[in-house]
Amino acid sequence: MKKNRMSQKIGFFVISLCLIATLFFMGTILYFITVRGIRAISWEFLTKPPSGGMTEGGVAPAIVGTIYLTIGAILFALPLGLACAIYLTEYTPKNIIVKILRVSINNLAGVPSVVFGLFGMAVFVKFFNFGVSILSGCLTLGILILPGIISTSQEALTAIPQSLREASLALGASKWQTIKKIVLPSSLPGILTGVILSIGRAAGETAPIMFTAAVFYMRGYPNSIFSEVMALPYHIYGLMTEGTSPEKQTQIAYGCALILMFFVLLISAIAIYFRHKQRRIQHG
Amino acid sequence: MHRVRENIYKWVFAIMAFASIVFLIGITITLITQSLPLFREITLKSFLFGREWYPTYDPPEFGIFPLIAASVFVTFGALLVCVPLGIGSALYMNEIASYKQKSLLKPLIEILASIPSVVYGFFGMVIVAPFVQRVFNLPTGLTAFTGSIILGIMATPTVASISEDALSFVPNSFREASLAIGANRWQTLIKVVIPSAGSGISTAVILGISRAIGETMTVLMVTGGAAVIPKSFFQPVRPMTSTIAAEMGEAVFGGLHYNTLFAIGLVLFVITLFFNILAEFISTRYRLKLGAGR
Repeated sequence: MKKNRMSQKIGFFVISLCLIATLFFMGTILYFITVRGIRAISWEFLTKPPSGGMTEGGVAPAIVGTIYLTIGAILFALPLGLACAIYLTEYTPKNIIVKILRVSINNLAGVPSVVFGLFGMAVFVKFFNFGVSILSGCLTLGILILPGIISTSQEALTAIPQSLREASLALGASKWQTIKKIVLPSSLPGILTGVILSIGRAAGETAPIMFTAAVFYMRGYPNSIFSEVMALPYHIYGLMTEGTSPEKQTQIAYGCALILMFFVLLISAIAIYFRHKQRRIQHG
Repeated sequence: MHRVRENIYKWVFAIMAFASIVFLIGITITLITQSLPLFREITLKSFLFGREWYPTYDPPEFGIFPLIAASVFVTFGALLVCVPLGIGSALYMNEIASYKQKSLLKPLIEILASIPSVVYGFFGMVIVAPFVQRVFNLPTGLTAFTGSIILGIMATPTVASISEDALSFVPNSFREASLAIGANRWQTLIKVVIPSAGSGISTAVILGISRAIGETMTVLMVTGGAAVIPKSFFQPVRPMTSTIAAEMGEAVFGGLHYNTLFAIGLVLFVITLFFNILAEFISTRYRLKLGAGR
């Protein structure tokens, strides 16, 4: 009996230690990036292009580029993902089709990001000849976030009570009218949560845009979807691996890392807050 | 008229739904066609098991065994970090934490899982690598060890979050039954809860492995990049992902080096596909075991 109580104490202590270690490591990352990054941040840093051979000035083109890439990726992935979710939940295809779709969505979600980069380069940059451009980058990132959009949209659609659909159909509305007027509006918060999560994902990905869209330095801002573009995550990598004055560049990289991390954490905090709230409403 | 329009909508959705299959097949075909020219020059065996990686020498050597070994090495090291920390954190959230603590910890862990890999890579490069170099008195801090730690920390929230889901699927009646026959909480946890959530937890670990093998930016920035077969954890290595990312820029389009990098991509793709299908298989069986409604 005493031995049992002892083993429970030790066991629970070890488990608590695991959690404390996890939180400690995470805390360390947040601490260093925040404390050292904040020194780099200024109004000029956020609004000016780089100058002095990447040792001075700001990172505005990289911020703008990341915004372009993220918006483009969502514009491409959202219609496809939503349509897929609607097809799966509203039109309930044959079992075998559901199975095939689910397996391919899950596997697409597991493809390493650098492989998306290879695919994007071979297909969009070279085969379709879009070149290293915003367009190629958006399409590549769009495919990467597609599985996430599908699964969150699907979750949102299945949460709508069947009675709502039946009521609409009973009033004589067609299937499409029911989807458009009843199902989509009521599942909108859930779908938006998925979109927000995907924004965070797309903004932080580096490997897929390395060969398809991003450059370390460009003059001015991109002026069409066929322009190359600077992007925050790639900029951090570039600052750490290229250039001639590592010390000054590291300082700028701290600033970029802080902006990127802060943005992504904020975005996912919003999404996860909403998701927990919705789930609580559904499960009572 | 109405009927026709309804049918058109249905078909539009159906066609768009198949996009993910098209992309998956597209990725497979692209990787195969782009890497085929390599296998006209060298055999699959000398590609996978060749011990020399000198893609830019004359004549070049395209043996990726050192790269595969590096990936396995770093991934294994990462597992040593993320499996205990991730599962331990999940157990804490599920068994020890009060309701209030859990409703704070769970979202926190999920939010932390979203930190971009390039931020981890950067942190590893500027903070952890110099630390490792000093503590172990090494010529460089950019080693397989550093990569493993960073990768492990990075995968921890994911493993924790999925394991916690698995643990919370275990019906409370299981716990109550065990406590009722006199087992204490620790015994219940070890003998009842963990075995019932076992397949869910192993799914979490497999997905962690898959993520670690495919992770690019962290290893690219912190493992140093020497393409040699690793003999110890404290030397620079070059995993498959970072080889692709680092060398694609200098490879000539359509050249043999270019084809080889796609072939490495194909190897990665097959490995992660295998792990994902394995995870899918295990979690399907697990759902059946605990009742399909869960």
